[in-house]
Amino acid sequence: MEEKQEKKRIGVYICHCGGNISDYVDVEQLRDIVSNEKNVVISKNVMFACADSNQKEMIKDIQEEQLDGIVVASCSPKLHLHTFRNVAERAGLNPYNYVQVNVREQCSWAHSDHPDQASYKAAGLIRAGIKRVSHSEALENIQIKAHKSVVIIGAGVSGMRASIDLARMGNQVFLIEKEANAGGQIAGKGKLFPTEQTGKMVVDTLMDQIRRLPNITLFTEARVAKVTGSIGNFKVDIVIQKAQDETISLQAGSILVTTGYETYTPKEGEFGFQTSPRVITLDVFDRMIRECEGKLVYDKKQVSSVAFIYCVGMRQSKGDNKYCSRTCCTSTIHSSLVMHEKFPRIRALHLYRDIRTYGKQEMLYEKSSKAGDIYLMFQEQHPPHVESSGDQMKITVKDHLTGKQELDVKVDLVVLVTGMVPRTDSNQVAELLKIPVGSDKFYNEIHPKLRPVETVINGVFLGGSCQGPKNISESVQSSLSAAAKINAIIRKETIELEPIIARIDAEKCTWCGKCQEVCEYDAIFQVETNGKLVAAVNEAVCKGCGICTPVCPYDAIDLIQYTNQEIEGMIDGFAQDVELKAREREEGAAHEEGGVMMKDFPQLWRSIMDVLDEGPKTIPQIALKLSQPAELITWHMMTMNKYFIVEPAGIDENDEYYRYQLKNKA
Amino acid sequence: METKRSPRILVFSTEKISDPGIDQAGLRKIHYSPSVYVISLPCSSGIKPRWVLHALKKGFDGIFIAADGHECSFSPHCAELTNNIIVECQRRMKEENFNPKRIRMAALCSVCAEPFASHMANFSKILAELES
Ligand SMILES: Cc1cc2nc3c(=O)[nH]c(=O)nc-3n(C[C@H](O)[C@H](O)[C@H](O)COP(=O)(O)OP(=O)(O)OC[C@H]3O[C@@H](n4cnc5c(N)ncnc54)[C@H](O)[C@@H]3O)c2cc1C
Ligand code: SF4
Ligand code: SF4
Ligand code: SF4
Repeated sequence: MEEKQEKKRIGVYICHCGGNISDYVDVEQLRDIVSNEKNVVISKNVMFACADSNQKEMIKDIQEEQLDGIVVASCSPKLHLHTFRNVAERAGLNPYNYVQVNVREQCSWAHSDHPDQASYKAAGLIRAGIKRVSHSEALENIQIKAHKSVVIIGAGVSGMRASIDLARMGNQVFLIEKEANAGGQIAGKGKLFPTEQTGKMVVDTLMDQIRRLPNITLFTEARVAKVTGSIGNFKVDIVIQKAQDETISLQAGSILVTTGYETYTPKEGEFGFQTSPRVITLDVFDRMIRECEGKLVYDKKQVSSVAFIYCVGMRQSKGDNKYCSRTCCTSTIHSSLVMHEKFPRIRALHLYRDIRTYGKQEMLYEKSSKAGDIYLMFQEQHPPHVESSGDQMKITVKDHLTGKQELDVKVDLVVLVTGMVPRTDSNQVAELLKIPVGSDKFYNEIHPKLRPVETVINGVFLGGSCQGPKNISESVQSSLSAAAKINAIIRKETIELEPIIARIDAEKCTWCGKCQEVCEYDAIFQVETNGKLVAAVNEAVCKGCGICTPVCPYDAIDLIQYTNQEIEGMIDGFAQDVELKAREREEGAAHEEGGVMMKDFPQLWRSIMDVLDEGPKTIPQIALKLSQPAELITWHMMTMNKYFIVEPAGIDENDEYYRYQLKNKA
Repeated sequence: METKRSPRILVFSTEKISDPGIDQAGLRKIHYSPSVYVISLPCSSGIKPRWVLHALKKGFDGIFIAADGHECSFSPHCAELTNNIIVECQRRMKEENFNPKRIRMAALCSVCAEPFASHMANFSKILAELES
């Protein structure tokens, strides 16, 4: 591996975090110790490292002092790694020549019971950071060519809608549908909430747009057989069912999975399903409403009363499906309303566990209640009992809300409200694409709040109800957000990736193949260099896990940013002894405030408290009194507020600034 | 400043899974020994035995691996792979006359604040006993 040039001009910033660190760690002494470390040219204390003013100061330092590495000792990198990488970048320093040292979560707070030892540890942590940065490499993001094309698997409403947007944005779209027709679950449905269009109308509209877009190719009766490659350059082999199966290879920069859901099929005997004559599922009931004319007839008998049993197969405390399918309450109430509209005077009884008509869907619930539908609540441990009784069905149910009274009701038809479950073949698709499924067996995104449509596989996205129960509007929202993300990636035809990947030293490698065996992502391949077979890493595929690094018998692999030099340098930094003088403390004993042990108020806090002794004041007023910059006072006031030393006391007469007062001023 | 120091422990944790748990211990002021130092990596199956040996030679008393176990997003075999690394470390530790009890592993998750602190307390105790 090429020897890296050690960094010669390092800047170190040790943060007070407004007392969160400096109350326990002797940041001033550390600053002085660090300033004597080899290659450190700047060593500073800062009140709040992340503050805008400090960021500007750092940029100035980097440029004026020509720093080639910076260390910020402050909070957890989870909070501000990117903040300071950006600072470096703005100053013209490579962002990978910056190291964040966690002296708050993993030091001052964790060891607030032992401030002296916390200072000792912080010294080690900071020295480790300096060693690490001095071995850090300037890295450039990896650039990869990307095909401006997308494979979308599943032509339900989610996949169809996304294909239209992606095509309009100028991408080639291959839409793969395993059935003979596009449309998915809604294709066969009647009127749908909230627009009252039928499923067919929605699908026809989408199909019409798809036909007009020459850059969408729809393959029906097609299945994905094999996926290779990686972001920017996937190769997707599909098999089209014909008299003679045909295999086609497609190239795509990205893949969108919109394979949707299936409806739960009740087990034989579950609420009389298949064992009693007049028990059907909501899907079948919807079809009946659509197909019957004049009167609602089931099995040659006119239906004048219906009971819906909710949550069938869902929200099972002891079964597979723990989750709520969230669309079925609304679907059922909506179906009941459609029924009333077409066949007046049918009685409807709803046996529910909870009604989850969230958002505007609540209006449907209200409408149904006003239409005279009866709602009875039961509990999971006392499910309704269903049996036939002549040409009717008898339901026995314990009404949870009226003193658990047991009721017998006779109806002409029982409708089981079955929710959305994952596709039975979802594992197959998951294996082809190497995307994870969750405990509910739907596909898993990286993060439900922060990265809701991305998967752990770069370039593979999720849309619609294959991720979990969603109504049409929610399904389309997610597939369109995935479409926007995909377009942002492939639009420029080149992709940038973080350069944290494995690197193999061809001189040391003997091609034993051990690294290739453990790599889950097939990122390692064989190449010939200088007449010798060695291992190499596919930059686009490598996930940067480092799993291949310990298995090499010749130590030929390093993970970038976690090289031997960097890690062993950190260990050396931790291990180095440090002589610390007992901290010079300002006057004042340890102090309990709002349950937080405050050691040694900074002198400024005492001055602020003296000023506030006179009565509530705004920050500008305090700043003026103490002849200090308002910005500095703001920092301290925020911390004092956090520790319950001061509290806001209304706004000033100009409606401009908050006043603050001492919290325990009795 | 000379204080009696508890055994020095080097923790290898993982950035996405155990690190947030360790951070949380700090955030909630759940204290553990100040002689515990943490290096975070993408995955616990990426720890090189030479780093472990290096730390022991530099005066660390014990190495603790906060593994991802079944939560690992990189490999379904992570627990097994990390375990292989420990076996290899112990083999090399014996060669260099370090007691193999000086390395330990436990699965920690992103909310494992209390478990982390209690692992540290237990391990410190074990290491202190090795000294006596
Ligand atoms: C009883 C009921 C009533 C409902 N009523 C309403 C309503 O009134 N209003 C509303 O907003 N929502 C309603 N919904 C929800 C609605 O059905 C879904 O939101 C919608 O169908 C989701 O669309 P999708 O494209 O994500 O999935 P799907 O409709 O399931 O489409 C997925 C498509 O992918 C195809 N596919 C699957 N696997 C593969 C594969 N491996 N290869 C190729 N193709 C594949 C499937 O064949 C299908 O065409 C209802 C749901 C239920 C259960
Ligand atoms: S949406 Fe309603 S019927 Fe469906 S599972 Fe949730 S609570 Fe049960
Ligand atoms: S394990 Fe090491 S020697 Fe073997 S192929 Fe991989 S890099 Fe080469
Ligand atoms: S770092 Fe991980 S993904 Fe990359 S080559 Fe090594 S094992 Fe494969």
